[in-house]
Amino acid sequence: MIETIIQGLLLGGLYCIFALGLSLMFGVMRLTNIALGDQIIISGFIAIGIAAILGLNVLLIGICILPIAFISGYLFQRMVLNPTLSKDPLPSLVVTFGLSIVIQNVLQEVFSANPRSLDSGGLNTESFSIGADLHIGVLPVIIFITAIICTYGLQLLFAKTALGRSFRAVSDDKEVAELMGMSAKKVYATATGIAFCLIAIAGIFQSIRTTVAPADGPSLLLFAFEAVIIGGMGSFWGTFVGAMVLGISQQIGFKFDPGWGIWFGHLVFIIILFIKPNGLFPKTKG
Amino acid sequence: MNAEVVRNTGNNYVGIGLAVLVVIAAATLPLWGNAYWMHEFVNIACFFIFAMMWNLLAGYGGMVSVGQQAFFGIGGYAMLAMGNLAGFNPFITVPLAAICAALLSYPLSKLAFRLHGGYFAIGTWVISEVIRLSVANIPAVGAGAGTSLTAFRGMDRTMRQYGTYWIALACVVATIVLIYLFLRSKQGLALQAIRDSEVAAESQGINVKQMKLAVYVVAAFGCGLAGALYFMSNLRISPDAAFSVNWTAFGIFIVMIGGIGRIEGPIIGTILFWLINHYFSDYGTWYLIGLGSLAILMTLFAKEGIAGLTHKRFGWDVLPTKRIFKAS
Repeated sequence: MIETIIQGLLLGGLYCIFALGLSLMFGVMRLTNIALGDQIIISGFIAIGIAAILGLNVLLIGICILPIAFISGYLFQRMVLNPTLSKDPLPSLVVTFGLSIVIQNVLQEVFSANPRSLDSGGLNTESFSIGADLHIGVLPVIIFITAIICTYGLQLLFAKTALGRSFRAVSDDKEVAELMGMSAKKVYATATGIAFCLIAIAGIFQSIRTTVAPADGPSLLLFAFEAVIIGGMGSFWGTFVGAMVLGISQQIGFKFDPGWGIWFGHLVFIIILFIKPNGLFPKTKG
Repeated sequence: MNAEVVRNTGNNYVGIGLAVLVVIAAATLPLWGNAYWMHEFVNIACFFIFAMMWNLLAGYGGMVSVGQQAFFGIGGYAMLAMGNLAGFNPFITVPLAAICAALLSYPLSKLAFRLHGGYFAIGTWVISEVIRLSVANIPAVGAGAGTSLTAFRGMDRTMRQYGTYWIALACVVATIVLIYLFLRSKQGLALQAIRDSEVAAESQGINVKQMKLAVYVVAAFGCGLAGALYFMSNLRISPDAAFSVNWTAFGIFIVMIGGIGRIEGPIIGTILFWLINHYFSDYGTWYLIGLGSLAILMTLFAKEGIAGLTHKRFGWDVLPTKRIFKAS
């Protein structure tokens, strides 16, 4: 039982990184990025591609990809998403949903439907023991610690820095923030840039931990979404806890029957949505 | 000062006249067409009904759903269960299956309506996934691998094809006529008021919640109808096919290309989709990349779709649902 819970917490660490990207974009500009899962998968494939061409190790690949992710997120927001933002959520939903289909099929065309994974030089199989028969993987622990750092970092960014203040300002009232001399478009683009960095980290971890295949994206989006809603919108630590709840639920389901793990995770999400529509730690509504 | 409310544009008499001719031609297709055309029509009819429902939800009700395939699949599976397991005549099961989808949509709405905007969209997708995973674990309907419709055993092949075709045609005509009449009714006016501004509509005494629920249930009924028809025509069902998010993807494509928030939109969109599908679907991934890109470009540069653009350019309004106030 203890092992199941620990495995669940570690799985939750990965889901937390997925969810933070979604939570950040929704929090700052009320934009739901349906292509999130596919963007995670494409980051994984880009990492695999860089590894195959340049032969770098995992850490260097990460250092290469982060600036690319930030710049592409920034440009994507400015050129594609900003024009779709309005009170009506429809345009941004259709654009990100269309993008999701485009990414899946481009990946399928370039890499075929086979699952691939990123070689980490044995990091994914290393483990250490606690007590007599409890083995914990090194990689899941690294992912978990990264999740804590990312959550804490975002929290700090929002609470203490000038950039965080501008995020909160445009989120609360875009018009007033612009009257104060802020450019909402640039603030949005920066937020998406940061979200894409989180997506890139998530993609690298996902491709080391298991495999990535072109059609995997949508299920990752659903996990991220469930973590955000379980935790309660507008709170990064809430998202963190939501991801843990989801990870543990799935792990318990897997223990019961391998075919029911994902289903059980969805079920726990639905129950929590029914009992506590605003999540476990509600901060902002809508 | 005298004033009157103009509801007809003149174009609409042309439109209705043309529609009647098309329906007469279509109804007699079995007499002069062939089985391939009938099968093709039934499939396209399912896409069309699905798109009309998505248009009703997103274009009029302001609810963007990515989970309408839930009701499509429920319709298909309800039809199959009633035909194969309970021994009903398959033709009768089509409306019954749609009623099943509508009945199920009521409890599901309690869940989905707790979310708003973009999160409503993904929430409906989760619900659809839960239903897919659940159905994939029911051995009586073939579990994950799916099963074939055996209820037609013993029925003449021609009769099956003719019956399926005429039911599909009847469903298409009923969908267009009922939605047109509904949008021109008092309730339809209320729905369009909600689309324009929920707050203003509420302040005029419209029960927004009830109206949205009604639209959600009607859309579930329509999608269930489309699902029952589709799998009756194709004789084989599986959870992955029935609950595929591609149904919604094609529905969104049809609506965004044709023109959202207009009845003509899905009609134009479906004809275009049929042409594209007919000539390019062999290209597989490139075909889907093209559809996705086209939907993105239309949303970015021509949000009103083809029907909206022609209305703006030429003033055509073939199926008008507006009430124009004219002082004379």
